[in-house]
Amino acid sequence: MSESLLKVENLKVRFPIGRQSIFRQGKYLYAVDDVSFSVKKGETLGIVGESGSGKTTTALAVAQLEKSYSGRILFEGNDIVGSNKAELRNLREDIQFIFQDPYSSLNPRLRAEDIVAEPLISLKGLKKQDIGERIEELFQSVGLRSEQRRLFPHQFSGGQRQRLGIARAISTQPKLVICDEPVSALDVAVQAQILNLLTDLQKKFELTYLFISHDLGVIQHMCDSIAVMLDGKIVEYSDRINLFERPKNNYTKRLLSAVPKLDSA
Amino acid sequence: MMDPILKVENLSVELKTREGTSPVIDELSFELNAGETLSFVGESGCGKSMTALGIMGLLPEKISRVSSGRILFQGEDLASVSQKRLQEIRGNEISMIFQEPMTSLNPVYTIGEQIGEILRRHKGLNRKQSFLQALDLIEAVQIPDPKNKIHSYPFQLSGGQRQRVMIAMALACEPKILVADEPTTALDVTVQAQIFDLLKELRAKTNTAIILITHDMGVVYEMAQKMIVMYAGRKVEEGSVNQVIKSPAHPYTQGLISCVPHLTEKQPEVRERLLEIPGIVPSLTSFGLNKCLFESRCHKSVEKCLSSKPDAQQILGGHKANCWNLGK
Repeated sequence: MSESLLKVENLKVRFPIGRQSIFRQGKYLYAVDDVSFSVKKGETLGIVGESGSGKTTTALAVAQLEKSYSGRILFEGNDIVGSNKAELRNLREDIQFIFQDPYSSLNPRLRAEDIVAEPLISLKGLKKQDIGERIEELFQSVGLRSEQRRLFPHQFSGGQRQRLGIARAISTQPKLVICDEPVSALDVAVQAQILNLLTDLQKKFELTYLFISHDLGVIQHMCDSIAVMLDGKIVEYSDRINLFERPKNNYTKRLLSAVPKLDSA
Repeated sequence: MMDPILKVENLSVELKTREGTSPVIDELSFELNAGETLSFVGESGCGKSMTALGIMGLLPEKISRVSSGRILFQGEDLASVSQKRLQEIRGNEISMIFQEPMTSLNPVYTIGEQIGEILRRHKGLNRKQSFLQALDLIEAVQIPDPKNKIHSYPFQLSGGQRQRVMIAMALACEPKILVADEPTTALDVTVQAQIFDLLKELRAKTNTAIILITHDMGVVYEMAQKMIVMYAGRKVEEGSVNQVIKSPAHPYTQGLISCVPHLTEKQPEVRERLLEIPGIVPSLTSFGLNKCLFESRCHKSVEKCLSSKPDAQQILGGHKANCWNLGK
């Protein structure tokens, strides 16, 4: 029994809605409402739900890119809520993010190698001249060629750009990688390439994934345990086999039956 | 045997690029019968949407044109009729649902006005009549509270509701053919299921033929009877949905089916690696070459694939595939 790398307890994230004034109690929308889960080292937790269910907000709160209102986020046993700037900087080495849209999440004015080098320089404080070899390694591990190091993002295809995003995310040797819909913007054939790459990297570097997707097929393929979200709450949280073979919650059942399948006769 | 309602013969569409012209659709032929659903499948950039636009006569002006072939709609060749005649047919007898319900509705008119406009244009109704019929249509596509919603602007509706408005507009004149270009790609799965139920119901009621463009094999299996797999502007496999999905013959079709993790009733203990199709769709410059365009991504390619374009080989009945290496 390995212990959990990430443990989220009663997390709430809220946003003000309507007009706020000093005379009136403001109204809030709870985008994430009392959410708890834990991820063991080397495993993948999937968060699945429809748009607006709070998947991405949860992920952003875990990465401390969104302020949480209450609850605890324990990373390796330490509560990271309310960390100061220096602590966050250290944290960013360990928690990295892969974004949904490979077209807008890369700086168009940086060359591929500089994009991948950026976290190493800014977070690890390394010098650019010392990390050439490391960049080469990273390019190889995500299946890019070294001739492509000097290219700009627009010269890559969608799949290759997502590979760049992955290389950037694993450059600091993080412990937890949050993948927010990493394949939704990609073509079906390219999706398979990226999913296989993520699986390989997980084995090679013992990564832990928090994997967010609306695609139940992808979730089933990638995750060990799954949390189903609806309106900011987790409605079902279980391991893969139980969730897909014996769903308990009505919403989960509805979601599963809505997916067009190939083996339904 | 009834005549097919739409018959496309050797259709080629050229697209002008900086590098020269290339055939984005290369000698495509197919037939569509009334009440039938035909699905086009393939990756982006394979010519699926261009096929739809070609049928609608909506190809991007100046940079693309039908270079050869015929599009016979009830015996009338749509590739050579006048713009005026096309305008009479479009929206009336053949209509289209676009992929993005966000951008294909006019943001400054209420949905009632937009649906009514079609009825006034094609059916010659007056304002009052068209309003009443628009109300019926909004009810038919199951938008809640139609009496109030008819006065809404597109931004006041959810994605699913907007797509329903698109469907209501497409069905306003009870078209004989409905072209649906990725109608549910931008929607959640539960909404997608509702939209498909709606389309099925309408198909049963009005006997409309549907051309469904998608990349999701699950959707094809659920909605369509016949399918055509496109690759780089060419048809690579066609047949009934059962034949093609149960026993795909072309390596590209096999790849497309097995590269997606499908939900199964029984969960496997150990998950297999996904089969990947290496590489990406070739660039437009190599479209139309006299060779198999899938060759560079194919694990079965032989020398012949490089020297000549594969013909359609019959497998069983209407199941055909364009590959030199079938069954080997």
